[in-house]
Amino acid sequence: MKFIFRNKRIAGTLIVLPSNERSFVEEMKNFNFPEARSLKLKEVMGYNKRRLVEPGVCVSDLAIFGLKTLFEREMLKAEEIDALLLVTHTPDYLAPPTSNVIQGKLGLKHDTFCLDISQACAGFVIGLIEAFMLLEQESVRKVVLINADVLSRKVSPKDRNISPLIGDAAAITLVERDTSESVIHASIKMDGTRCEALMIPAGGMRLPCSPETSVLEDAGDNNLRAKDHLFMDGTAIFNFVQVEVPPLIEDLMAWAGISQNAIDYFVFHQPNRFMLQKLADKMQIPYAKMPSNVVENFGNSSGATIPVAIALNLANQVQNGDLQVCLAGFGGGLTWAAMLMRLGRLAFCEMIDYP
Amino acid sequence: MRTVAEILKEIRPEFDFTTSSNFIEDGMLDSFDVVTLVAALDKNYGISIQGTDIVPENFQNLQTIEALLRKSGAKI
Repeated sequence: MKFIFRNKRIAGTLIVLPSNERSFVEEMKNFNFPEARSLKLKEVMGYNKRRLVEPGVCVSDLAIFGLKTLFEREMLKAEEIDALLLVTHTPDYLAPPTSNVIQGKLGLKHDTFCLDISQACAGFVIGLIEAFMLLEQESVRKVVLINADVLSRKVSPKDRNISPLIGDAAAITLVERDTSESVIHASIKMDGTRCEALMIPAGGMRLPCSPETSVLEDAGDNNLRAKDHLFMDGTAIFNFVQVEVPPLIEDLMAWAGISQNAIDYFVFHQPNRFMLQKLADKMQIPYAKMPSNVVENFGNSSGATIPVAIALNLANQVQNGDLQVCLAGFGGGLTWAAMLMRLGRLAFCEMIDYP
Repeated sequence: MRTVAEILKEIRPEFDFTTSSNFIEDGMLDSFDVVTLVAALDKNYGISIQGTDIVPENFQNLQTIEALLRKSGAKI
């Protein structure tokens, strides 16, 4: 499905990262693999250090901390927020929506449209699409888009397939109307038949958490995980990304009439360095135009990684200049999405530590 | 330049790769070993194996790996 939006922009983005940092080398002893094999993997995938919340810290804690920072610094006024979108698959509760929890704790006006969106690694592009659609309404002038996850709390520390790459973060992005003639193109595809490639089997109504679902099991690959934990079929996800993402972006560029050379940066979701460099090779994109350094610095924080990559690599350029970017997210669902837009004149673009 | 057999031995020194016709089914290479192998082959042969070719069928044995290398432009 394709979308076109006019007169919308990203006005700023603030990244909230837990201050608790772990190193891959320290964590290697948790895995049921020889150290030499894990060290080879570290080099290829870019595993290094990651940020994790302390026990008990939830998505709303990170989001509220970030929004209070924006209020205190007078970068945003609470009463200006017309809509609050939260994209997460680690909500505080099954009910109520965590966006309502955030609204309540911050004392935002009752005229705030709050919505939780259950999406994962494509969540930043999906959230922007939702925000742009809301901004078509007269009553909506500013949308706060929050991409936040605390997935480390749902990952087995003894699962080398996924534990070393996961990080926690919240990205708070302010989206508003734009007076310039900017045009934004987006495309999104979904395939629910492959939904089991990335899932947390237990915890919903289909399989509620129980003592049985918390038992660690060896799935035959020397990794220990429970049904309460996030499962990823790494081979299936890797192949899905390599097959589906390049044609999605090529089709979007052709539809938008924007050549690959006209794009300053390809800011993609950050699963790991190897997968991104293979994508870059296939699409003949220079590595310098496709950041791949988020996992090695902070870990993969699902839907937050695109704004994290922007803040880590392009903060100066998007605050003082204007870039043509291609954003792309892909993962759980399965969902894959891309967006072409100009990114510039941001009032804020930075990272802060929680607490 | 190292041979494919030498690279495999570096990744999983505990196995004799000449005795198996299916490294994946015999449990000699898991998906992360394949990633490590691809990175090593790319570097050794100065190529970039396409992401869409990183599927278990291409890493079953020395013959399938060498066929993949030739397809990827390696001179072997």
